[in-house]
Amino acid sequence: MAETGQNSTTKWIVILLVTAIVAVGVTFGVTALLVDIFEKQQEAQNPFYRVVDLDDDTEDPAVWGKNFPLQYDQYRKTTDMVRTKFGGSEALPHTPDPYDPRMVVSQSKIELDPRLKRMWAGYAFAIDFREERGHAYMLEDQTYTQRHKKPQFGNCLHCHASVYVPYKKAGHGDLMKGFAEVCKLPYAEARKLVEHPVACIDCHDPKTMQLRITRPGFLEGIRNYMKFAKGIENYDPNTMATRQEMRSFVCGQCHVEYYFRPEDKRLTYPWFKGLQADQILAYYDESGFKDWVHEETGAPMLKTQHPEFEMWNQGIHARAGVACADCHMPYMRVGAMKISDHHVRSPLLNINNACQTCHKVPESELLARAERIQEKTHAMREVAMDALMTLIDSIKFAQTAGADEAALTAARTAQRRATFLLDFVEAENSTGFHADQEAARVLFLALDHLRQGQMALAGQGSASGSANPAAATPPSPTPGASVSVPETPVATPDNPAPQNAPTGQT
Amino acid sequence: MPRGFIPLTIIAGVVTGIAGGVGSYTFVYAKGFSYLSNDPAVCANCHVMKDYLDAWHKSSHHAVAVCNDCHTPHDLFGKYLTKALNGWHHSVAFTTGHFPDNIQITPRNRAITEAACRYCHEPIVQQIDRFGHGPNALDCIRCHQTVGHMK
Repeated sequence: MAETGQNSTTKWIVILLVTAIVAVGVTFGVTALLVDIFEKQQEAQNPFYRVVDLDDDTEDPAVWGKNFPLQYDQYRKTTDMVRTKFGGSEALPHTPDPYDPRMVVSQSKIELDPRLKRMWAGYAFAIDFREERGHAYMLEDQTYTQRHKKPQFGNCLHCHASVYVPYKKAGHGDLMKGFAEVCKLPYAEARKLVEHPVACIDCHDPKTMQLRITRPGFLEGIRNYMKFAKGIENYDPNTMATRQEMRSFVCGQCHVEYYFRPEDKRLTYPWFKGLQADQILAYYDESGFKDWVHEETGAPMLKTQHPEFEMWNQGIHARAGVACADCHMPYMRVGAMKISDHHVRSPLLNINNACQTCHKVPESELLARAERIQEKTHAMREVAMDALMTLIDSIKFAQTAGADEAALTAARTAQRRATFLLDFVEAENSTGFHADQEAARVLFLALDHLRQGQMALAGQGSASGSANPAAATPPSPTPGASVSVPETPVATPDNPAPQNAPTGQT
Repeated sequence: MPRGFIPLTIIAGVVTGIAGGVGSYTFVYAKGFSYLSNDPAVCANCHVMKDYLDAWHKSSHHAVAVCNDCHTPHDLFGKYLTKALNGWHHSVAFTTGHFPDNIQITPRNRAITEAACRYCHEPIVQQIDRFGHGPNALDCIRCHQTVGHMK
């Protein structure tokens, strides 16, 4: 009996211990739930706490971050370096030197595809052009790029720094005057006026947090465009745009094609005849503007710069009323708060938040759809790039062969136009996704100009004709033509084009 | 009775009592009883569901069906089992924070909703659904995904 009593006591002790341990676990879990519910109810009551006063001169984003820590935390994450199939960037080590103290840089695009060097021969982009990194690096990467081997001006800073407060200071309170002044300064001098990469104040009103356009280039550009497209005089996005329009306009302040007006280096958005690639090209052709002269052919060239805003405008998402911020800064949950994700990045890295709000399709399928568009655009870009190399070869050959000057001029014009159009798709950072059909159309136009250039050299037509198929001379082989067209390998997904340009007759 | 048994009993009793007390308080504080009801506003006790409740107010079905009509089975046991299961999943997910911002329905819950369509629309579905249940069954909400709530 004594033994049985001992056993039963041991059994009871075990049961008690197990009960106590389970109860501890349950209490732990339930308390966690209770505290969590309490915290989220508190969070939901107070969207933000004002701990500092912000005014129209508060430039430092860290100060804004005290009032808006969630948004600020996300904003700081743009230092991430993550690749997507066709974009993004990975961190590559860099040995610091006196001219470039960076420890980490991104992949050089011109080393990856040397055809780019030849496309831009004689221009600063042929010296140094790397994968774009996140917003956090915009000022640093511009400060240390090798492109400064060719003199640059303060106009570059318009989109690589937080310029709203510096412009107002330089203009003694007048934003537009300061903009004009800083544009003219040599880069190194203007660089001293700015401190931060894009910051809160560049897109937000400090009192109301409403979106606000502060970049003079966009204020002027959209005014010119609205006058042309809609006949609206003195369009002002800050008073006339809808909230949803502003969610794209703030990005369009910088992610656009631009040029520097030759007479005063003023940054100008070339939207006088519309936003499409060929409309912008028509404006440049009419004004006779050129960025540089091509080193190999002497053609008066144009460099296209990241026209994301223009390309998006032609796409199905813009048509459906989807703004830049809807995909690149989608809503996210932080505790009980719903905020715009200020970690601006590729939607392909954030498919649940960016795409699945509208598209009820598995993530892998959405990624496959996007990459399918990009692969096809890239394949078309490869064809156009090879054809451009061929035209450069042909012009060089014709120059040494003493070809007729009118034919050479026509071919150089074709090179200028084709390069601009090809670069429009190349420089646009979505590899066609923002507007796949438009990207294809623009590359088609580029190919048509390349065809006209070859025909001009072959003595068959003129590149001055429009890209209208009806106006073009029908192509037929001419026996004894002075310049033969080198074979161009055609890129398909199964047969990727070689990275190096065909040598042709060079 | 061996030494130590009485203190152990007391400790176990106190610990169990704390679990019961905190549990009951949490249940009341988190409006636990409301979850037994049919009121759609209850589903938005937790802010994660607020967008879906807002969207339901604008949907074609808001006059004829509340959350439970489409998201729980139409028998008493199944209904409360589903409520308990989802309640458990949601508590874990919301406390740990491990769930996607655009929440995704589980296969079990999707099947419940699919069955709910047929529950009310049976006369018309019968005419068109020649495959019945299983992988080849017609999927109402694949096309009619906006009837309950757009989001």
